[in-house]
Amino acid sequence: MKKLFAVLMAAVMLMSCTAVLAEGEAVTLKIAHIGPTTGAAALYGLATLHGAEVAVEEVNAAGGKYKIELINEDDEHNVEKVINAYNAALDAGAQMILGTTTSKPCEAAGAQGYVDRVFFLTPSASSTAVTEDKDNVYQICFSDPNQGAASAQYIAEHKLGTKIAVIYNNADVYSTGIRDTFVEKGKELGLEIVSETTFTDETTDFTVQVADAQNKGAEIVFLPMYYTPASMILQTAAAKEYKPIFFGVDGMDGILSVEGFDTSLAEGVMLLTPFVATSADEKVANFVSKYKAAYNEVPIQFAADAYDGIYILVEAAEKAGITAEMEAEEVCDLMIAAMQEITVDGITGSMTWDATGAVTKTPMAATIVNGEYVFE
Amino acid sequence: MMKMSKSKRKRLIYNCVTFALVIVAFIVLQSMIANKTITRSLKGQLVPICCWVVMAVSLNLVIGISGELSLGHAGFMSVGAYTGAVVSGWLLRAFDMQDPTLRLVVAVAAGGILAGIAGTLIGIPVLRLRGDYLAIVTLAFGEIIRNLVNVLYIGTANGKLYFSFLNKELPADVTMLVDGAKGAVKIKPISTFTAGFVLIILTLIVVLNLVNSRAGRAIKACRDNRIAAESMGVNVTKYKMMAFVTAAVLAGMAGALYGLNSSTVVPTQFTFNQSINVLVFVVLGGLGNVLGSIISATLLTVLPEILRAFADYRMLVYAVVLILVMIATNNPIIRAWLTRLGNIFRHKFQRGTEKGGAAR
Repeated sequence: MKKLFAVLMAAVMLMSCTAVLAEGEAVTLKIAHIGPTTGAAALYGLATLHGAEVAVEEVNAAGGKYKIELINEDDEHNVEKVINAYNAALDAGAQMILGTTTSKPCEAAGAQGYVDRVFFLTPSASSTAVTEDKDNVYQICFSDPNQGAASAQYIAEHKLGTKIAVIYNNADVYSTGIRDTFVEKGKELGLEIVSETTFTDETTDFTVQVADAQNKGAEIVFLPMYYTPASMILQTAAAKEYKPIFFGVDGMDGILSVEGFDTSLAEGVMLLTPFVATSADEKVANFVSKYKAAYNEVPIQFAADAYDGIYILVEAAEKAGITAEMEAEEVCDLMIAAMQEITVDGITGSMTWDATGAVTKTPMAATIVNGEYVFE
Repeated sequence: MMKMSKSKRKRLIYNCVTFALVIVAFIVLQSMIANKTITRSLKGQLVPICCWVVMAVSLNLVIGISGELSLGHAGFMSVGAYTGAVVSGWLLRAFDMQDPTLRLVVAVAAGGILAGIAGTLIGIPVLRLRGDYLAIVTLAFGEIIRNLVNVLYIGTANGKLYFSFLNKELPADVTMLVDGAKGAVKIKPISTFTAGFVLIILTLIVVLNLVNSRAGRAIKACRDNRIAAESMGVNVTKYKMMAFVTAAVLAGMAGALYGLNSSTVVPTQFTFNQSINVLVFVVLGGLGNVLGSIISATLLTVLPEILRAFADYRMLVYAVVLILVMIATNNPIIRAWLTRLGNIFRHKFQRGTEKGGAAR
């Protein structure tokens, strides 16, 4: 009887030893995703959540240094609720935050996180106020005005043309912000801006703007705006048989779904976007097929950003040597330092960060061919 | 001991219970903060709860006491929130006023004053209307305030404030305080739970005293029978204005506190939905019942956070809970049971005081 007991004890001890060893290998990282999973902006919050979930599954299956526990909190795209979501995430033991998805809540939660020392990596909050005056918030997407600089860079690098016309909405921060940095960077890179015309939210006739660009012989027309005015500009240009290269930014994403718009007019339009679901790239195809299998829909840009976000956090955590016992306050400064050292090759490009929290990555532009976005 | 009429004593007990509840809650929560036994989630909600309590109590003054259905209360809150943000930002940047308490007091007072002015301007035409018409017009005014704020630009530079409307035409070197659709930006959060507690106490003093004063009786008389009140020589519009503007001032103060609790405030936070939300607090707590408003505002603000465990279904559960509570509080059997419970307590309390009186 005693012998049996001894054997049993030995077995138990051995088992517990191996268990400890196995646990010692993988460090559990608690990451909270905060985004609007209900309410009017749920489309975006669900996309980032699902994108992150796909990446978490991959990371956990790969069995690397870290295992990820993903916490999800809903902020309803509301500035008051996002603080509640943020506090709930920290109560649940989150060490860092992947979020928030939308700009205005991210501004509020990021400011609170700056006071409390909590690290934020936002997949898709693009306004400059998100990172301004705070050292704890990092972006995966380009900030709004940075898209202008990125567009100029893309145009110059790919030698699309040198005579450029810019049409922008001077009553809109998004549009003017992009225009400002585009013009600045364009001058630096030797792009010649031959025509610059403006419109406002009420404008429905773009004849003057398009004619000015045409008369001055612009080869490229840069359109930093949302897709509704852009669709009207394309119609006007088609009527005038003016065929330059139209170049848009992320606001152009969605032009193919404008009601009553002849999508053949958008053929050849280029737009700055980090992600196209139909891309032949192996990593992108892998992500898209897994996403489709899990959620039965084609991922949008937001999902791709969040997917990269998980890999970025893991990479930075590894660099910073984050352990499971560390509190969010401790993690924050280590992550900030690590973020400025790492380079991550994700499905939305190869990314590095500086102390402002803004991302530097190679701008990628898609062209509309046969009613679909394709990369060169 | 002075002899008190029965109704007077009942009122005194009610007021004491209301104040005691707020003070006890404050002490308990403060000690929880001191012990660090409070969750982050609850701690983060303390200031918003105070704001919503003040909103509910002030709206109750209009709806329950004055008997007018106002659907634009969030409008006054937004006036207060924006004023508070601008005043605080201006004092900090132009006068380098570092003391947060002083800044908060000035900002909250300014928020109350401006909301009061807005309330007066709106009240003059609106309070000549009755019933449903008044509800619709207040709703429209709430939306007008929100839309005006949506195209308002305010910046500060060299100690001056710059205003611009519709188009952002400000000097280049200004620090933006209100940036159109982006809302009030770069607010330094200075609201504290203590400030929220003080504001609730102030609100209770104002509202309970007003209700139990000569003016309060006139307001209630106008509510119960306008014609009878008028025939007794009560100036109906004046007393209705009194209730309406007082409520607007309190809502403005709550708004300032609310705005200064966050780093940013956006116009979309003060939509018609938000007014309805406050209306729900008032109706659930009972029309004219200040204590009920306090309890319902607190519970309904905390409830969605407690329900986070239900994830995506939580707003559904929230709605179901709301329906159940409404049915329960209107159920005659449950009401009778509650009254009986109340009576037992009251008898005990009264016996206690009588004994105390005899001993003296």
